[in-house]
Amino acid sequence: MSALADLLEQVREAVAKQRPLCVVGGNSKKHIGREQAGDPADMGTFAGVVDYQPSELVITVRAGTTVSELQKVLADENQVLASDPPAFNGKATVGGALACNLSGPSRPWQGSIRDHVLGVRIINGKAEHLRFGGEVMKNVAGYDVSRLMAGAMGTLGILTEVTLKVAPRPETTVTVCRPVGASAALRAMNDLCGTALPVTGACWHAGNMYVRLAGPASAVAAAADRIDGSTLPGDRDLWSGLREMSLPFFTDAKDLWCISLRSTRDHFMPDADWLLDWRGARRWLAARDDSDTLDHGARDVDGELWHVRGARNGAEVFPDRSEAYRAMLLRLKRAFDPAGVFNPGRLYSWM
Amino acid sequence: MNQAGTSYTAITASLAAMFREFVDDDYVISAAESKRPFECDGLPVYKQMPGLVVMPSSTEEVSRAMRLCHQHKVPVVVRGAGTGLSGGALPHPDGVLLSLTRLAKILEIDPGAGLARVQPGVTNLAITEACAPHGLFFAPDPSSQIACTIGGNVAENAGGVHCLKYGLTVHNVLQMTVVTVDGEIVTVGCEGMASAGPDLAALMTGSEGMLGVVTEVTVRLLPDPPHCQVVLASFDELEHAGDAVTEVIAEGIVPAGFEMMDSHAIRAAEDYVGAGYDTDAAALLLCELDGTQEEVRDGIEQVAAVFRRHSARSIRVSQNEAERLLFWKGRKSAFPAVGRISPDYYCMDGTIPRRMLSKVLMDIARLSHEYGLRVANVFHAGDGNMHPLILFDQSVPGELEKAEAFGADILRLCVAAGGCITGEHGVGVEKLEQMLDQFSDAELAQLNAIKDALDPDALLNPGKGVPTLKRCQEYRSA
Repeated sequence: MSALADLLEQVREAVAKQRPLCVVGGNSKKHIGREQAGDPADMGTFAGVVDYQPSELVITVRAGTTVSELQKVLADENQVLASDPPAFNGKATVGGALACNLSGPSRPWQGSIRDHVLGVRIINGKAEHLRFGGEVMKNVAGYDVSRLMAGAMGTLGILTEVTLKVAPRPETTVTVCRPVGASAALRAMNDLCGTALPVTGACWHAGNMYVRLAGPASAVAAAADRIDGSTLPGDRDLWSGLREMSLPFFTDAKDLWCISLRSTRDHFMPDADWLLDWRGARRWLAARDDSDTLDHGARDVDGELWHVRGARNGAEVFPDRSEAYRAMLLRLKRAFDPAGVFNPGRLYSWM
Repeated sequence: MNQAGTSYTAITASLAAMFREFVDDDYVISAAESKRPFECDGLPVYKQMPGLVVMPSSTEEVSRAMRLCHQHKVPVVVRGAGTGLSGGALPHPDGVLLSLTRLAKILEIDPGAGLARVQPGVTNLAITEACAPHGLFFAPDPSSQIACTIGGNVAENAGGVHCLKYGLTVHNVLQMTVVTVDGEIVTVGCEGMASAGPDLAALMTGSEGMLGVVTEVTVRLLPDPPHCQVVLASFDELEHAGDAVTEVIAEGIVPAGFEMMDSHAIRAAEDYVGAGYDTDAAALLLCELDGTQEEVRDGIEQVAAVFRRHSARSIRVSQNEAERLLFWKGRKSAFPAVGRISPDYYCMDGTIPRRMLSKVLMDIARLSHEYGLRVANVFHAGDGNMHPLILFDQSVPGELEKAEAFGADILRLCVAAGGCITGEHGVGVEKLEQMLDQFSDAELAQLNAIKDALDPDALLNPGKGVPTLKRCQEYRSA
């Protein structure tokens, strides 16, 4: 594979010249994380299915394969991605999906792409092409490098291949909608999720709670009967809009924040424009830049605050870490990328 | 490295005095007879007396203990209940064995959010028992769940019978408190479900106590399924059973548990507990479905149809909870049952792609014939995690070595079939050599670099998990 040889050569050269690389898949998640300079390492040519065993529910693709293409290949076998990463207008790649580990509304029930990665191939900072994990569900040989890559945003190495566990397509999907206030919605969503209903989405926005059920038709029908509210026609737009961040709530927001926290934490700053997703474990806020207040608010509830969109002027986007935590990250960074060429500053200014 | 001219023994003696400044006297153990229970874990072919046993009772005590050991460059082996099956908790003769069984409190259960905060010494089953009144459970359920601790589950990324549907430990842990080798206290992960940056919680999970000491874990709890039934089927040919497993999964059914046993295991289990198994069969499958009543009813019909297509000898569906538990009882007591038909057994833990089950089973049968040692096969068929039990007699000279060589051959088969050398038991000291079958030297060097990054003096569980470069060279040239 000459594309691989080219990429290895590019890494060797970057290390020799001490020039940072900017790893780019579909360039669809530029707005997530910090801005970053560097020579582009283009993963677009690294596309295609390497191996697909539908009976095993396992697929291996090159990292530059788009999420949309992967979904199409799976759909032909009546299967789906077990998790729900955004496709961002068909541009997002599988490598980028794992590197950023973003998840759509099904996250609390079906996990993130990190939960379904079985193995990866990476190029490290010594320009070595390495394989970790494999194509089996249970594997504790060596440290879990595949999952360590999730959220690393390309700072530890270049993903070249990703093996994922996939899932059978659910037979039916139904969304139930009920008008209710935010605090009551949080209680209702958490109560619902304490029972074994086939829930795959629970969110609240602008006075309405939405609960998505998916699975065998008989189970979905029985569950829908147990939840108060009306069935929502055209519900796909809601859930894909949440996943793709394409609802007006997201596109209209000049400043966009997101807090990950325990789902039972009380609703706070009730006058602000909130969208509560993940049954309350992820709360989006469209608000003016007021990072100090928000930062304190998030800390008070042991949450993690991300600044997803808005004026940053080079500030950090992700939550501050303790000195010991930073030391761990920096040592790991050096273990993978001794010359510091992979996406420096993308995740944190200091990494 | 140790300070020149000072013996480790002298250091552990003076360390004992320093530990007693902040840990109760009774829990700093240096007397040989009191250290004896810690000399091995669940793989007793490896035994070693620890230099000193210390049992701290809080994160702060663990932190002070680590600071002390780090300062004096003393190796530390962390231990939970000692049920591990790869010698991962084998003590270091000149080091401290840090037992976390006194950190055994369930700190909080938040049923609304579906999570619990627990200390590492809490047993796996105790979590599920404590959550039961809320209609919740903790999904990983290794067969040692009565005794094994959540700390150990994290260290080994424990699975169990239900991980096919509900995931491994790594899927069911949200956040943890880690004490680093130099005594710093760090929180990794997040109570919510998205934490920025490289996934350090995942890195810690399955790292066999080599990267840090986990002193608190926030686990995810799942709602009890309202309905649960199991299909028990027997087959004349292992191959038919193996193919039936592949087809059930390919049909899009997600069983809560899917287990297989071969004839040795069936007969041993039946003699031991009388579960009503078909003792003339070559293979037995247990397929559990859970969910709503409608979902389970439909699933059972589909599974039974697949089994019929693959020439099942008999198909039984549990009609009540007592019968369901009875069907499982044979499988769950398979290890002790096999223990009754052989003086010793050696349990392997390779994982393979499901479609390779029949082939690998036939290869194991061939090896069994060649080595002249019997094998009982019990395994998590649904996720391809095999537990071949090699039967041998340690009192016969050379038979242990023969069993180990046979085991190594089985793991090579697993790697060649596209699988791996350990699904849930860990590498420990046992499978260091097999790591060379799994990884290239450059890959092992990268794993060692991770270790070196978080534990530069190699004090945490030294000599386990990942072979050092020196050992790699020795093995490769042998």
